[in-house]
Amino acid sequence: MKKTFELEDLDCANCAMKMQEAVKKIPGVIDCEVNFMTQKMKLEAEDDVFDDVLKKAVKEISKVEPDCTVII
Amino acid sequence: MKNKLTRKQKKLLTRIIVAAVLFAGMMVADHLVEIPWFISLPMFAVPYLICGYDVLLAAFKNIAHGQVFDERFLMMVATVGAFGAGEYPEAAAVMLFYQTGELFQGIAVGRSRKSIAKLMDIRPDYAVVIRDGKEETVSPDEVALGETILVKPGEKIPLDGVVTEGASSVNTAALTGESAPVDVAVSESVISGTLNLTGVIKVRTTSTFGESTVSKILELVENSSSKKARVENFITKFAKWYTPCVVIAAVLLAVVPPVILGIGSWDIWKKWLTRACVFLVVSCPCALVVSVPLSFFGGIGGASKAGILIKGANYMEQMAKVDTVVFDKTGTLTRGVFKIDDIHPNLIEKDELLDIAAAAESFSSHPVAQSIVRAHEGHIDKNRIGRVEEIAGKGVLAEVDGSDYYVGNGALMELCKADWHDCHLTGNIIHIARKTEEGSEYLGHIIINDEIKEDSKEAMDDLKSLGVKRLVMLTGDKKNVAESVAGKLGLTDHYAELLPADKVSKVEELLGGEGKLAFVGDGINDAPVLMRADVGIAMGAMGSDAAIESADIVLMDDKPSKIADSIRISRKTMRIVKENVVFALGVKALILVLGALGIANMWFAVFGDVGVLIIAILNAVRTMRVRK
Repeated sequence: MKKTFELEDLDCANCAMKMQEAVKKIPGVIDCEVNFMTQKMKLEAEDDVFDDVLKKAVKEISKVEPDCTVII
Repeated sequence: MKNKLTRKQKKLLTRIIVAAVLFAGMMVADHLVEIPWFISLPMFAVPYLICGYDVLLAAFKNIAHGQVFDERFLMMVATVGAFGAGEYPEAAAVMLFYQTGELFQGIAVGRSRKSIAKLMDIRPDYAVVIRDGKEETVSPDEVALGETILVKPGEKIPLDGVVTEGASSVNTAALTGESAPVDVAVSESVISGTLNLTGVIKVRTTSTFGESTVSKILELVENSSSKKARVENFITKFAKWYTPCVVIAAVLLAVVPPVILGIGSWDIWKKWLTRACVFLVVSCPCALVVSVPLSFFGGIGGASKAGILIKGANYMEQMAKVDTVVFDKTGTLTRGVFKIDDIHPNLIEKDELLDIAAAAESFSSHPVAQSIVRAHEGHIDKNRIGRVEEIAGKGVLAEVDGSDYYVGNGALMELCKADWHDCHLTGNIIHIARKTEEGSEYLGHIIINDEIKEDSKEAMDDLKSLGVKRLVMLTGDKKNVAESVAGKLGLTDHYAELLPADKVSKVEELLGGEGKLAFVGDGINDAPVLMRADVGIAMGAMGSDAAIESADIVLMDDKPSKIADSIRISRKTMRIVKENVVFALGVKALILVLGALGIANMWFAVFGDVGVLIIAILNAVRTMRVRK
């Protein structure tokens, strides 16, 4: 499954890169792209674990930038 | 709209102003009277904390998460280090400037993002659909295929479709960059994302919103930032290594020299600690990490405003280096519409010859035959035409007004034993002969050519002036036709009578030169060639899905002059990207060297971080502006 989420208060380009790296490391993630320009995250993960992966991804993102929220 | 800051930004701005005022006051006081350190430390710590408390908080949180090389953490270490070294004003100033930079970055990036998004603001918000005779306003994606929608003047056409009622003119500028309106009438098609100007029209939809041109374009542009240019990947890799390296260097700088030079002296420790802090301040690669993608995003946005859709920064990078442009002939350099160039009659008048040919060809669907029918302006009475016999690969034998006529190529003339001759002009020559008892009587010929587009010649000259070395035309057409077109346009090479597969191998032969190769086609028949070239450009793509999918760069209209524009935009973007990379790296390297030598102080370092960032962003935003 592939879904796109908007990110609010994603303030730094370097952080976007770090988020992408962190999310990619979550098991079950096929691909992830955090786009600073469009302030969006594209997440592709296995169907059966998608929701679980998403939860972990949200966590990883707030680890990198505490202010940044994923709009689900 | 223009100066609207987010709540977060407003709060930060207030804090920065308060801190700046306090800081200025402290500086004045510090200069006027001698203040002992135990008073001036808290004095500067107040503005420092006012503007930087959230940085410190975030830094602590991130350490808990194991993010050691976080820029906020580094900023904290640098400033606390500066306080430790007794550089109180510097410490507070660094935080103040850092926050100002953050604020500015947020505003600048946000604003550029918005203005780029505005360039691509073609998404229709609603559709007025007619259901059971009533008008209903719904979201475009709720309209089904085949429903009828109503579009009033001044509204965006929400979905692709065919006009069923009314007439209007349509502004396609949002898609093509072309401001001259296009007239539409019943049974003509309209494209989503264009603007209805003058009349009320009813449109039967031929696509759902998800499949519509406007959705496809938006998707393409949004996805474009995921195809990264080499320089972007370089920056990503660089950023990963840069910060840790600078931090390690800073630690070494703080520890090694004092240990060697004088482990017991606080002054020496202080001196090297200050220098190390300079390192930490410039350790964030943000200027690069922001400005490079921002430049590409701006360039792609600016190009789309001009009706040029670029599918990724990587294609921009390639396009900037193009020195060979290969064209398909029909539909690319020429209109793909046949037109009569001249009529050379024998024994009879021009009009008469055209009349006979048009009548004889009036049942044919061949584009060449149709061009003759089109050129014959009067009505052709079908009763004049009797028996029509197709002679495969040669032409027709048709009975018109009681006489039999042979209309076709040279081979047909040989067949009917006419006393014919070929023409000195090039093109598709249609010969006409009247059947007589002893053979045939030659009546003359009509020369038909595919018209060269008005701006083809200008486009070729433009490309040459941009330093494109080879302009090559590939065509399935006859040699003499290819020669004549190539000559008129001033192309450097042309290859005729090619089968579709030959085009691929020709392009392969031409690949591997010094520069990159771009292939330009109409995107319908030449998908394999588009894929094979370094950059595949499809033109006339408005409404053609195939073209949008197979090409790397899509020209919404069919003007060859847009190719030079795409090269120009790509080069400008690449230049700006390079400027930013060289500038940011150069300044940072310089500050690192000067900092280690003790020449550059904290003030320099702040410029190296925030100043460079701001200049790089301002420079990046220039890519958006496209010269008309």
